[in-house]
Amino acid sequence: MTTAPLTSPASRAFTVPRLISHTWFLTGRRLHALARQPAVIVGNLVQPAIWLFLFGSLFRRVVDIPGFGHGHGSYLGYLVPGVIAMNAMNASMWAGVAMIEEIDRGTLNRFLSSPVSRVALMTSGVADQAVTTGLQSVAILLLGLLGGAHYPGGIAGCAVVVAAGVLLGTVFGGLSNAMGMLLRQREAIIGFNVLFMLPLTFLSSAFMPTALMPHWMRIITACNPLDWAVRAGRSALTASPDWGPIAARGGGLLALTIVCVAISVATFRSYQKSV
Amino acid sequence: MTTDPCAVRAHDLGKTYSVRGVKGGVRALDGLDVTVDRGIVFGLLGPNGAGKSTAVKVLTTLTRPDRGTAVIEGVDVRRRPDHVRRLIGVVAQRSGSDPRATARENLILQARMHGMGGHAARARATELLDRFDLAEVAGRLVKTLSGGTQRRLDVALGLVHRPAVLFLDEPTTGLDPEARTAMWAEIRRLAGSDGLTVVLTTHYLEEADRLAQRLAIVDRGRVVAGGTPDELKGELRGDAVHLELPSGSVPAQVRAVLESLPTVREVRVAGHGVSARSDNGAAAVPAVLAALERAGTPAASVTVARPSLDDVFLRYTGRRYTPETGPDDAPDNTTASSEAAPSARQEAAR
Repeated sequence: MTTAPLTSPASRAFTVPRLISHTWFLTGRRLHALARQPAVIVGNLVQPAIWLFLFGSLFRRVVDIPGFGHGHGSYLGYLVPGVIAMNAMNASMWAGVAMIEEIDRGTLNRFLSSPVSRVALMTSGVADQAVTTGLQSVAILLLGLLGGAHYPGGIAGCAVVVAAGVLLGTVFGGLSNAMGMLLRQREAIIGFNVLFMLPLTFLSSAFMPTALMPHWMRIITACNPLDWAVRAGRSALTASPDWGPIAARGGGLLALTIVCVAISVATFRSYQKSV
Repeated sequence: MTTDPCAVRAHDLGKTYSVRGVKGGVRALDGLDVTVDRGIVFGLLGPNGAGKSTAVKVLTTLTRPDRGTAVIEGVDVRRRPDHVRRLIGVVAQRSGSDPRATARENLILQARMHGMGGHAARARATELLDRFDLAEVAGRLVKTLSGGTQRRLDVALGLVHRPAVLFLDEPTTGLDPEARTAMWAEIRRLAGSDGLTVVLTTHYLEEADRLAQRLAIVDRGRVVAGGTPDELKGELRGDAVHLELPSGSVPAQVRAVLESLPTVREVRVAGHGVSARSDNGAAAVPAVLAALERAGTPAASVTVARPSLDDVFLRYTGRRYTPETGPDDAPDNTTASSEAAPSARQEAAR
């Protein structure tokens, strides 16, 4: 060992190259851990597959209800964007539990007492979430294709569905992380998720078009970000998408994503103060 | 490099945590002063909750003090935390390694975070794996490693970037006796390796006594005594005589009896026992026991011991040293922490 520490003189606290390289390494750390568990990856897809094929078969005939308005498409095809949005939300809602584990284990503090870019600690979480949700969304699109669904919107439409899923995942991932850092209790996150998961799913057009909903439900649905993702995706998958509303809903999702990431950064600061 | 001859200089550190339900919060640090010379093992000794870990958090930039200054190798912790982070290695009370990555991956990532290139990071990881006897388990996931092995990896992680000062916060808490002995050997080896300064916190008197060249005894957020272990023990002059009393006897009454004897001094009530000092403990014991018999309040047991840090602690804080095992004491991945705690009192009684 030598005594000379690696002191680059006056290294600045925040530099963009460091942010990028640290985000890269920290994201790699998370994805590597996931890639080690192929069973988990497959397991994560079982639930959306069940929703897709169980509901797709069980309610196959609902497309025939007057006012359903899904053209000539199958109910399975109708479900795909809904299940993708639902999966994006479900998968991301647990990010806070992983955050609590990192805090309890001391991993977060280890990074904080070394010159790790603070911003990269947050951006790597978002990047990990985005990659995971993106891949899962693509897998669900492929499952739908296998089941006989058609995507007239083509690659562009599919890209919108995946992007909407990723944004939605980031929204709930950000909120979950914030909850994890503030409350430091797994139970709080589990309780929140159990309470909100199904209502948020069914108060959207994921399984049923809003035209067939009671009025009060339609109002709530219009405010549900999960519904924004479902509608933007479903609309983009049609043969002739109406890009105006898609852009509006996508923009809304993007804005909400920024807000939620900002919230999780703010709670991260408060965590640092509470150490 | 700096001209500051000290590795660590902390002055008047104060820190109060706000805790729900506790009016005014919990004062973790209350004017803590510490100066650590380069190249030694410096021990911060105190019971749980004394403020040792908070002091380490301040010195390692994890938390900001409410008042006071802290300087590492001449660099101010508050003003230039990022610079300080390059000078220090930290082995925290909780492991901090990534359980879902291998030992080697953990080391490489840490090296990359410190700005090393890919090749240098891999080489450094291999070097540390060899040095800490981890080469055989390098490719295993950390969560599958034993507590002692994980702890060695933690120390290796703290050394990746060749820091000038290494902080070891309760490095042997939760380890079985065998792993503890191995860790002690490791820490001695570290101190010998050219010029590294080690700041060690511990609530084990024996550990501090064996490893630290200089000690600061911390109690209630401040340093109550400092010096080499021998100096601290030398100040006590004489043997410790400790009496355990049977239930039903009144410690104050026993104290009165002892205070009337010329051969013992510094009589104190400590828990359900009474402690005193004597220039020649073995010679004083018969007189003490006889006096107690006469007074009708016999002792249950008596121990005579050469001065220990336990006695130092008693002298400066007025309390016997009984590190209770709190929740903070046992990291999540270990279970056998309380039984592994070397009994300071037994040690002193020998």
